Amino acid sequence: MGMTLAEKILARASGKDVVKPDEIVMAKVDLAMSHENGDVVRKSFAEIGVEKVWDPDKIVFILDHRVPAESEKTATTHKALREFARKQGIKHFYDVGRGGICHQVLPDKGHVYPGAVLVGTDSHTTTHGAFGTFSTGIGATEMAGVWTEGELWFKVPSTILVKVTGEFNPYICAKDLILYLIGKISASGADYRSVEFVGPTIDNMTIASRMVIANLSMEMGAKVAFLPIDQKLHDFLSTRCNTQYDKNLAADPDAVYEKVIEIDVNKDISEPQIACPHFVDNVKPLSQLGDVKIHQGVIGSCTNGRLEDLEIAAKILDGKTVHPECRLIIIPASQQILLEAINLGYIQTLIKSGAMINPPGCGPCVGVHQGILAAGENCASSTNRNFLGRMGSKDSGVYLCSPAVVAASAIKGKLTNPNDL
Amino acid sequence: MSNNDMIIKGRVVAVLGDNIDTDVIYPGRYLNITDKLDTAEHVFELAYPELRSEVQQGDIIVGGMNFGCGSSREQATAAIKYAGFGAVIAGSFARIFFRNSLNLGLPLINNAEACKKIKKGDQLEINLLEGTIKNLTSGETLQAPALDERAAYLLKEGGLIPYLRKKHVKT
Ligand code: SF4
Repeated sequence: MGMTLAEKILARASGKDVVKPDEIVMAKVDLAMSHENGDVVRKSFAEIGVEKVWDPDKIVFILDHRVPAESEKTATTHKALREFARKQGIKHFYDVGRGGICHQVLPDKGHVYPGAVLVGTDSHTTTHGAFGTFSTGIGATEMAGVWTEGELWFKVPSTILVKVTGEFNPYICAKDLILYLIGKISASGADYRSVEFVGPTIDNMTIASRMVIANLSMEMGAKVAFLPIDQKLHDFLSTRCNTQYDKNLAADPDAVYEKVIEIDVNKDISEPQIACPHFVDNVKPLSQLGDVKIHQGVIGSCTNGRLEDLEIAAKILDGKTVHPECRLIIIPASQQILLEAINLGYIQTLIKSGAMINPPGCGPCVGVHQGILAAGENCASSTNRNFLGRMGSKDSGVYLCSPAVVAASAIKGKLTNPNDL
Repeated sequence: MSNNDMIIKGRVVAVLGDNIDTDVIYPGRYLNITDKLDTAEHVFELAYPELRSEVQQGDIIVGGMNFGCGSSREQATAAIKYAGFGAVIAGSFARIFFRNSLNLGLPLINNAEACKKIKKGDQLEINLLEGTIKNLTSGETLQAPALDERAAYLLKEGGLIPYLRKKHVKT
């Protein structure tokens, strides 16, 4: 009987020939990533009392949630992490201005590759399944355990196979696809599971779009998600990643799946999908929502802050202006993306339309700074969570959607299908 | 926790719904609080602020499906634990929240009927090793899966930190 990708990678990482769903394995960790919450890890690590981390080369710090420091408290945290990294000899430290959002920086700097086991103290660590990495989020104390032992227990997940066919309708993209799926199977529909996405629609997607799918798989509870390990991925990695990896890694043809879901994006997704407040699985087609006034648009985050997202926003906003009663905040996911967007003229176009450009980082996504919502305000956002109070007041509402819908909505000051502009 | 501590007695202080997410449990804006004990102050602050003042040591929260979904923030578990809650019963738990709770020594009990059959104010007696939830108020007993060996061991040790300290640090 064959194995799925999750089973294969966990078998290798735990030194076994075969593993099966529900089995508990101890897996060696190839990479351990933390952002600002590395400070919680650091404190738990100190409580354990071990002096040295297991392998400083396998630990990565990326400051992104509160950059540049928005308060003295955060500045103190940043400082403590820098000192800790220096003391421990941790060289992979992406400081303010040197990186961007952790899930963008890891692939861009060549840290992730097919077959690796990555744990991050961030739930959207699932993003790196776009690179064939077994990557998942863990809590801070658990990470302190990884820093101590370099391995971690996993329950081998069963796997859901999602087959995607069909061509996208105009202005429909990966974001609509994954929101549609989350709406269909619910926020707990893939709890504890691995999800493998296959099919011609996925094969044709850019790596950036595949990252959207892996990123948001977290919002249906997935432990890990995998996108194809194909030539497109090898080409992407060839200019970034120096680690030798198994290029032929794939699920076995006779792998056993718990469930198969089929989606034809052309037939099933005819219009933009919107996750309405305050749950990511509260997904509705845009036309069902009536008039929803939008006070703020946000294009950014580890979900949709990449070059293709800025490109489509710039195309839609070119020669137009943001509605007088709305503001639009753009946050390139990394320094590198910001630079490319400047070179390609997207940033100029966006600024001319009245958008505000925030520094690369998480921005207002987690409700800390750079675009907090007041009571009674609605935001159309390309981010991944719309929980109560996520972006500010508990009496505000976040509507999750594609960057194209954010851009169109910012022009009209209400939720708008870009096809209707 | 000793073997005796594997029996938890407490009052149900709230019965909540499905998908109680980590932003509801502990808002993202307070993530720069990195000392566990200090997190308690903001527990359920946006959605159920009254719980912070109502909770008495050992009180129990009951939830529906997918409790603790969302972020990996360990502050969500820490805030519940250090605010004084003794256990959470829910239909199911999100993956990272589940692991965080084991690691910090907060007992979680899985039962899908609990949020329908248990009422605010009920007195419960939970036997973690056997998985029984005895409702002393209604007289009904619900059955949950017993803790697996690993989870029971971690809870007895008081969580991952004492466990690893014992294993790696000579005293
Ligand atoms: S952009 Fe938002 S979801 Fe992504 S890592 Fe930052 S805070 Fe988390």
